[in-house]
Amino acid sequence: MATVGRACLILALAVAAYGIFASIYGARTRRPEWVASGRRSVYAIAALCTGAMGILELAFLRSDFSFATVASHSSTTTPAFYKITAVWSSQEGSLLLWVWLLSLWSSLVLFLTRRRLRQVAPYATAVLLGFAAFFAGLLVFLETPFALLATAPAEGAGLNPLLRHPSMMIHPPMLYSGYTLFAIPFAFAVGALITRQVGAEWIGSIRRFALAAWFFLGVGILLGARWSYAELGWGGYWGWDPVENASLLPWLTGTAFLHSIMIQEKRGMLKISNVSLILATGTLAVMGTFLVRSGILDSIHAFGASTLGVPFVILIGVLIASSIGLVVWRRDALRSEHRLDSLLSREAIFLGNNIVLVAMAFVVFWGTFWPLIAEAITGNRGALGPPWFDRYLVPLSLVLVLLSGIGPVIAWRKATASNVRRNFVVPIGAAVALGALLLALGVGSRPLALMMFVAGAFVVASVGQEFWRGVGARRAMSGDGPLGAVVSLVARNRRRYGGYTVHVGMAVLFVGVAASSAFQQSRDIRMSPGQSTRVGGYDVTYVRPTSRISTTSDGSLEKISFGSVVDVRKDGEKVVTLRPERSFFPSRDVQGLGPVGRFFEGEATSEIGLKAGMRRDVWAAMSPDVEALGPIIQRGDRVFSAAAGKIAPGAEAALLGQALRGLTERYVAAPPPATFRLITSPLVTWIWLGAIIVFGGGIIGLWPAAASSRRRERAAYAARIAQDLGRA
Amino acid sequence: MVIHARACCDTEQVMNPARKRTIRLTVALSAAVLLAVALVYTSLSASSEARSPSELATAKPGVSYQVTGKVVDDSVRKTSDGVDFRIRDRAGSASVPVSYSGAIPDPFREGREVIINVRKQGPMFVGERDSLVTKCPSKFTEDKTQKT
Repeated sequence: MATVGRACLILALAVAAYGIFASIYGARTRRPEWVASGRRSVYAIAALCTGAMGILELAFLRSDFSFATVASHSSTTTPAFYKITAVWSSQEGSLLLWVWLLSLWSSLVLFLTRRRLRQVAPYATAVLLGFAAFFAGLLVFLETPFALLATAPAEGAGLNPLLRHPSMMIHPPMLYSGYTLFAIPFAFAVGALITRQVGAEWIGSIRRFALAAWFFLGVGILLGARWSYAELGWGGYWGWDPVENASLLPWLTGTAFLHSIMIQEKRGMLKISNVSLILATGTLAVMGTFLVRSGILDSIHAFGASTLGVPFVILIGVLIASSIGLVVWRRDALRSEHRLDSLLSREAIFLGNNIVLVAMAFVVFWGTFWPLIAEAITGNRGALGPPWFDRYLVPLSLVLVLLSGIGPVIAWRKATASNVRRNFVVPIGAAVALGALLLALGVGSRPLALMMFVAGAFVVASVGQEFWRGVGARRAMSGDGPLGAVVSLVARNRRRYGGYTVHVGMAVLFVGVAASSAFQQSRDIRMSPGQSTRVGGYDVTYVRPTSRISTTSDGSLEKISFGSVVDVRKDGEKVVTLRPERSFFPSRDVQGLGPVGRFFEGEATSEIGLKAGMRRDVWAAMSPDVEALGPIIQRGDRVFSAAAGKIAPGAEAALLGQALRGLTERYVAAPPPATFRLITSPLVTWIWLGAIIVFGGGIIGLWPAAASSRRRERAAYAARIAQDLGRA
Repeated sequence: MVIHARACCDTEQVMNPARKRTIRLTVALSAAVLLAVALVYTSLSASSEARSPSELATAKPGVSYQVTGKVVDDSVRKTSDGVDFRIRDRAGSASVPVSYSGAIPDPFREGREVIINVRKQGPMFVGERDSLVTKCPSKFTEDKTQKT
């Protein structure tokens, strides 16, 4: 099986090399049969990568520990869902996932555009095949997922318990879908530049893919944040780690691109900006993949030093140099067809929005690569923490939110005084009213948070007003009821109202971030049962300890958990009972460890206690003092050691279960003090809610339009193309 | 950007386009240089020096350093509000003692790679509260197996 998998990857590499040649040769000699052959190479690579992925998945599902990657990332007791997803927890598995997703998305776009963009598509095919060849080459020569072990172990190391979380398992495919989908507009931009076809046509063909890339990358980032908040015992959702930042960078520039292309489609402007943004986004997506694998920056998410750094540096160098070269080469074709008529226009707001997004990306890039920049300037590596990022990104986010409220309601070309009055009185009134209310409530102590709340209110009122007017007009025309009119309004103009929904979601999300950052209260405290503390106006009491032993589906001992029952009250009224606990998994490394002690030398995970609410989250994590149990653990191990060889085969597990039960009972009867981290954060739920609204808007934008709308779009599109051709 | 000055005043002189481009470029470049200088300045003043444990031998008391290294085996001692341990170079045995208070990440263990901000206090390095981070669990596996 491993030989077949390896053969699939070698063939994929060979087909990619052939496809690059066929596509470019076909394009240069105008021979469509070669172009079609190049396109079919992409389909063939998709089939080969699917085969390789299928073989690896099968090896994981069958717990075939002769595969090195299966032995080190799975075990017989790993649940089936996690066996499937453990494939991408390794370096080599995640690289295979990358190239597999790339081949699937590339096949889809090339199939959909097979009768369009006849000049641009062959070059785009060659670029996509270039990416596929690079990653297939890494898998063939440097990091093969089909390496076999000289001797297969009886049991694998298993998937790390911290990763056994649904959101963590979906997080990588989402991120990689985002990264690989951004390769598509990148490739078509290169094709458009080479062939000088830089009008609106290439954008129309890839817009939906760019939106899908933005959507998947955003979902991936949010899932990572949610996992961090709900699974890790620190209570945060973003740490400004280099690898986290690396996923944010292409998302920021991709967001700017999605806004910018609207101006090109509508008014033939910002062509240089569009191609530059998408070329930067594609390069940043590769850079994100590189940062995780090179070890160039100290990151908690990066794989250790590997041999992949040099090939990635070469690839990124080629991408940057060729991108700059192409834009400079085609600068004459990229001239705008119109100039900005007024600073008070939708185009100007979009431009401002893009400047802010690019500035945010630049700040994140600068802070992320500061260790290398500092070394170049001072000779010493430096590191920048969250306060530095906040200093720049908080004001930039404020401006961004504000612009996202102005953009949807300001007129194209030039806003008149009556337009401003008509569209801004209600949003400004809502923002001012909320600001006054919040000031009266004492929120003014955190001015930046207050400003974000006001900006959020402005966006919601501005977009709400647009919906209100649109629904009113729709009802007047069709006589639909309110709900029917909303559905009909959105369905007839999914792109526009999908975008508006995204803006509302972002405003809600930013309000959640501002509130939870500015008004969070936390406390680390050591308590014994019966003791209480106060955090964020809540009285928290450690009522009693808990303990339990969990077994796997085959009945073997999986983990031992020590927890607590925590009573949370406000003004004497009971709010919630939380049950945070800490679970201990046995160490795989049995050398020098007794059967009981093994449970406290392996991985440990926190199961947090959380009361999530629209107004406030109450969050608790606990860490029991297991060192106090040390003498009992050592005594248990001594008993097992003395009885070695005397215990009947098969009875050891039962005896160990008995010993662990004794330990848990002892913990509950005489609990040592436990350390608690208690946090109250307002509006955290708004972050997740805002994200859901954002992605709901994304789905509306992605959803295929109805036939009548498609006809309208096609007519507008044809008019636009005719306009382009007329100018050529 | 074209401002239609003539729309409001026909007699106003229109600026030479080449001159206008030069002015725009100068303003943009000046703004970029100013921003770059501000960014470098704030970065340098806010930055913690990143060092390996062996490089902490020359550490100055009270200065914050970001240290990346591995937790030394058998060096971890729980304290009432944190943990004491020794941290060594990724490749090498030079190590320094660290006393840390605050949240201990779930994956924190002996032999794991950690990043922590510390300040020298006497013979010890005191970790800044909540600055201890441990390698993401998906990236632990070291290749100890013999592959064919």
